[in-house]
Amino acid sequence: MSDRALAVVRAGALTTVQDRGRPGHAHLGVPRSGALDAPAAALANRLVGNPAGAAVLETTLDGCALRPRSVVVAAVTGAPCPVRVDGRPVAWGAPVRVPAGALLDVGSARAGLRSYLAVSGGVAVEPVLGSRSTDLLSGLGPPPLTDGTILPLGDPGTLHARVDVAAHRAPPAELVLRVVLGPRDGWFTGAALRTFTTRAYRVASASNRIGLRTEGPSLERAVSGELPSEGLVLGAVQVPPDGRPVVFLADHPTTGGYPVIAVVRPADLAAAAQAVPGTPVRFLAVRRR
Amino acid sequence: MRPADGGARTAAATAPVSRGAVEEEGERVRALPVGDRALLVEVSSGEAAQALHAELVRRRAAGSLTVGEIVPAARTVLLDGLEDPARLAEALPGWEIPPLDARADVTVEIPVRYDGPDLADVAALWGVAVREVPEIHAAAEFRVAFCGFAPGFGYLTGLPPRYGVPRRATPRTAVPAGSVALAGPYTGVYPRSSPGGWQLIGTTEAVLWDHARVPAALLAPGARVRFVPEGRS
Repeated sequence: MSDRALAVVRAGALTTVQDRGRPGHAHLGVPRSGALDAPAAALANRLVGNPAGAAVLETTLDGCALRPRSVVVAAVTGAPCPVRVDGRPVAWGAPVRVPAGALLDVGSARAGLRSYLAVSGGVAVEPVLGSRSTDLLSGLGPPPLTDGTILPLGDPGTLHARVDVAAHRAPPAELVLRVVLGPRDGWFTGAALRTFTTRAYRVASASNRIGLRTEGPSLERAVSGELPSEGLVLGAVQVPPDGRPVVFLADHPTTGGYPVIAVVRPADLAAAAQAVPGTPVRFLAVRRR
Repeated sequence: MRPADGGARTAAATAPVSRGAVEEEGERVRALPVGDRALLVEVSSGEAAQALHAELVRRRAAGSLTVGEIVPAARTVLLDGLEDPARLAEALPGWEIPPLDARADVTVEIPVRYDGPDLADVAALWGVAVREVPEIHAAAEFRVAFCGFAPGFGYLTGLPPRYGVPRRATPRTAVPAGSVALAGPYTGVYPRSSPGGWQLIGTTEAVLWDHARVPAALLAPGARVRFVPEGRS
């Protein structure tokens, strides 16, 4: 039996295995999935010398705790949080050596929402359609972690860390999402478009890996009636019948029947992944590149 | 989440007319930009969307189109991951899009037992006897128009328009895997147990989705499908 594995001691509120997801299967109804804060996941992998596509753990608010069965190098990025090895504080955002059998504890986020834990070798659960990501919409990939789960680890390989400490940008007090209007902005009144791009929204607590939901002024439609289902892109801002915009994140459905008023620039989605409920949100209209 | 039933027709498209077979039906092609790297190509019928999808897949296979995802839907095809969406948007209305060639595609046969709990309701909606529902359904030639709702869930067209049915007023909390069901103009088969509001007319043992199988999905967009009543082959 291989001793390259992690035993989950405390799974946390919602901890999932994530890599770069499974794009390319949307036509079969398969969501892309993958780490929501992709730059943070990539950085964690770099810190421990993993290839960029290695699978990491994505925590939600209260971290998780694990015991590696063999010595590993670990790094935590994304939402800043206390990190401990056998109760002793160690660095966040830097590679840390964890002895076999030691307790690695990723604590509650001090700011932001999702921390990323990379371990040398990467989490090596069986891939599904080329990805190890947990997809909470379709149920593909491994289920969310539970206490007692054993996660196999890959071969640490020979890559060396190319960075040894990571700068952290604190999540902004206000989430500004740059949007390109369309494809269905014509389904809304001029007043609704002005409201959408000028008024403040807040991140709703019903947000999840599928979408960032908002609270704020309702957007009035100029076209009534139903829109036949159509394909959705990552970052699509869909407006359901309640009129509050939903920003689609990695586990979004591949098609939808409510009009998409705009699309968020991909570079702004990492910040969206770290915005806690209650954070003010502004949609800033920008020109198509 | 429940599968949609397609809904009503969208606002009329207003852009340049395409040439070829599609034009003969008075078809219009409109390419709407989506973000910085995608296009939503809108046509005015489900048949035109299927023909456009087939042409896009052909062009990608031939190497003349580079795109990350080609996602067909009811009246549209989404192209995601384009280098230069504006250039393609300009070219698209001039494309010659041949009609679907039924002979070119493989037919998937799905064995079915017509034993669904909504058979009597469907018969009433169609104005036929219950025993006629299987005959009418199994006589149709279907095509997977698009997938969505869940991995491997195909929206199949092919029933004559007069056999469209509404969704059930009260959706079921659990529809068993393998249920053959109707909603709007579509037939679908539930790949796994899930909530659903479609009218259930039968059951199949066919495995619609198995991620360990290649290909994982039994039904991909463009595939032709026939339902074969159990006991007949």
